[in-house]
Formats: sequence, structure tokens, C-alpha cells
Amino acid sequence: MRGRYVIAGVGHTDFGKLGLDTVTLNAMACGRALQDAGVDKSLVDGLFVKVPTSAPKEILYGQKVSEALGLQPRWGGAWDQGGAANITLINMAMMAIETGQCDIALISYADNPRSGTRQAYARPRGNEAPYGWFSTAAGYAMIHRRHVAEHGTPERAFAAVAMAARKHGATNPKAQLRKPLNMDEYMASPWVVEPLRRDDCCLVSDGGAAVVVMSADRARQLQVKNPVPILGIGGAQTSFDLPLRETLTSTQAVRSGAQAFRMAGLKPQDVDVAQIYDCFTITALMTLEDYGFCKKGRVNDFVRDGQIEIGGVLPINTAGGLLSETGMPGMQLVIEGVRQIRGTANVQVPNAKVSLVSNQGGVMHTHSTLILGN
Amino acid sequence: MSAMKELQTDYPVPEVDHINRPYWDGLKEGKLFYQACACGHHWLPPRALCPQCLGTEWQWKMACGQAELISWVVYHVAYHPAFKDKVPYNVAIVALDEGPRLMTNILDDSEHLSIGAKVSLSVDTTLAVPLAQFQLVKNTGGTYEVL
Repeated sequence: MRGRYVIAGVGHTDFGKLGLDTVTLNAMACGRALQDAGVDKSLVDGLFVKVPTSAPKEILYGQKVSEALGLQPRWGGAWDQGGAANITLINMAMMAIETGQCDIALISYADNPRSGTRQAYARPRGNEAPYGWFSTAAGYAMIHRRHVAEHGTPERAFAAVAMAARKHGATNPKAQLRKPLNMDEYMASPWVVEPLRRDDCCLVSDGGAAVVVMSADRARQLQVKNPVPILGIGGAQTSFDLPLRETLTSTQAVRSGAQAFRMAGLKPQDVDVAQIYDCFTITALMTLEDYGFCKKGRVNDFVRDGQIEIGGVLPINTAGGLLSETGMPGMQLVIEGVRQIRGTANVQVPNAKVSLVSNQGGVMHTHSTLILGN
Repeated sequence: MSAMKELQTDYPVPEVDHINRPYWDGLKEGKLFYQACACGHHWLPPRALCPQCLGTEWQWKMACGQAELISWVVYHVAYHPAFKDKVPYNVAIVALDEGPRLMTNILDDSEHLSIGAKVSLSVDTTLAVPLAQFQLVKNTGGTYEVL
């Protein structure tokens, strides 16, 4: 599969508080992605949509987006896998094209929790609400605490992820939070669910983002200007209920990453730039470990001294990630990964040849990996 | 019943169904039950099929009440109005000696908790919905010591 498929176009809306419904945001993002690809929408016969986090039970959501775009695709629908869904849907689109059941696919995500409801992020989880068990953040806090206990991970390691994202995001004109962060400010940041501080937690954002996927041959035929080849892709899942996991300190980046690297024929040291899903700082640290950028428990040595900032060993989240650009779960990371290979990023890694993107969802329940490059 | 502590009207209650009713009924008597399958698998929360062998040859067994603290968090923000007066409060994951893990509260001061500490079951049966909460076993496990 290496190099056989490309991301032909990318598009996104503004981020922040937009006051628009999610179907409209999806349609806006899709329109911009098609424009970027230079492809007429009449050629699109696949529409793969991630379910909005704030409306997980909406029936036939993918078909509503399809209607707003004036499309009658062969393949269409919505998929729920939390934040891992965007890359997983790119994977599904590639498989649909590979089997001749689709030619050109749009993959899209939009949500509006900032102007709509944030209830999805604060909801009780299962029958544990009488114990006070609420929110997405708390699950990550549980893992954060265990990682610190098992590996002695210092606060400055968590701060390094937040400071890198905020430094890069501060120069991104589209970023929702354009305010650099220093160590003192991080330490002064209030507890949300201890040990998570406010600055460990991603933003809550409205927005939409979409990509166009087709075969490399089709992109040549259509004379697409800036196709970015997909070198590797993978996914994996673990137990849904946090207490049921045998280990709290390992993520599905292990399996998802291994699959993507195998397909790409590459190793972690070949990666020039990475967009590492940073819904919370612990997520980025464990993902870096589990992809094999460093040994388990040694992530502080890897992230310290600006090594994950521009100019460092592995710049991550160069548009600001979920902590600074937008809290949207994942597709904007794919778009930034594409920009790095095109050489059009705002914080550009010079001569980037291999660009990695991680997506994950639930509470480290689902994971997907995308490797882009020339 | 006269001693039963009333719940606030908006306090979250578990969704009790025909599968998990024995679990919640057990807590009313201060007993913590888990499911044990003929295949050897033990689990919580309650479900109709064994998640290991997908069989139905399981039975309820009473936990001895001893457990180990796996991790915990402290809420400084209330995500539900019923918990506004409780912050800061902890929620923990514990592993029962019999294997199953569950979400709970540790009734001690959060400052005294440490991962690996031994904890024991403590059910307040006077609550309208009794919960499987735990307390630290003094001088055992983890790094906890009596102050």
C-alpha cells in the first residue's frame, strides 16, 4: 500500500467559537478541501464522516452531511471511534478505493462544543457516577498519576509538551490560543482533576476539517497540484473500561504505530516531524514512548531542553496541536502533517521528508497512525 | 429504613437492571459481589456473558474485601451539581484480591494515598444507594505510614 494513495487536498474552517451547526462546518471544510485538491465535487463517490463528539447519538449523520454537500456517494456514513476516527476513516477510504468500490473520497469531521454543549466531555462514565466519576479528563488523570508512580515522570516532562504546543501555536494565525507558556506559568496553572492542571488539558473548540483521498495514479491523471503520499497507516484498540486494563501506562500506539511503520518500511528515527495527539499532555508523552522514539519511562530525556520544539530532534505539534491550535479531535493534525510535506507549514521543519500523525480516542482506548512523505 | 440517609434529588444513581441487581442489592447488606465463571475468569462490572469464554456458566461470589490501590485522581472541579460541596474529593481504581478491578472512593485523606497501598472494603449501608468504597489498611503496602 506504501505510496499508492495520496491526500490530494486539505481544508478547514476557522477554530474557536463559531456559532454554526456541525453539518454546515463539515460542508465548509469539505468544500475547501476539494478546492485545494482542484477536484470537482461531482467526482466524489465516497464520504466518510467522524461522528461529532457532542452529538454521538445522531442518526444517519453521514447522510445529513452528504445532503448538505449535494452528494449521492457510493460509500457514505459516520463512524464513531473517538479521536482515532479521522485516520481510521482515511484507512477505510483507501480500502474502499483499493477494492474498486470508490474512486475519490472525502473524509471530514466537525463539531461545535464551544458554542453548543460540552456535556459530552463532562458526562458520567458508566454506573460509576455515584462515586463522582465524571469527565474525559479524569480518565487521563488516572493514567497520568500511574505513569508518574511507575516511571518517576517529572512535571517538567508534561510541561515540555504544553510549552512546545503553545510556542508553535503562538505563531499560528489560525490558532485559538496564541499565548506561549513558561515553566512557572505551567506550575501555577490550577488543578482540574489532579494531577491534571488546566494547561495539561486541550481546548474546547468549534471547527471543521476535511481531506480528499484518492490513488496516486488518479491524482496524476487529474493533475492534482500537491498530492502527499500516504506511506503507512495503522490502528488498534484496547479495553473500554479503564479499570479493566491490565496496564494503564501503555497505549495502542504500540500496535498502531508498528503497523504503520511496517507498511512504510520506516523506523521512528526516520521521522522528521510529528503531530502527536495531545488531548492531554500525558497522551503525547506515552505516544512518543510507545512509537519507540524513546524507551518506556525515559520520555523526559527525549522531550527536555526544547528537543520537541522547532529546531529540536523531533518537532511535534508544529501548528499548536489540541493544546493551542484547536481542541478538535484530530483531523487538523493530519492537515498539519500534510503541510509539512508540502513545505507550506507556518512553523516549517526544513526539508521534511517523513511526517507522522497520531490520532487517539476514548481514554487511550482507540489509536490510529498515519505516516506521510515523499 | 428510618436511619437511611436521603439522597439529594439530583444525586446520580446507578442504572439497576436484571443483570446487575444482585450486585447493588449485595451492597445494601455491606457485601461486594463479583462474577466468577466456570472457565476461571472473574469480573466486574456485571454483565450477562463471561467476557472471556462468552458462556453463561457463572455465579456471584462475595469478595473478601481486600484490594490494592492502582491509581487515583482528585477532583478540584465539580462536573455535576451534586458534587459541588464535595470537592476536593478522590476517585480511585482498586484491584480486588480476587482479580476484578473497580472504580471507587478511598475514604481517607487523599494526601495519604500511595499507589500499591492495601485498602479494605467499607460500605455505608445507611446510604440510600450504598457504594463499594474503601479505606487504607494502616501500615501495609505502598509507602503509606501512620502519621
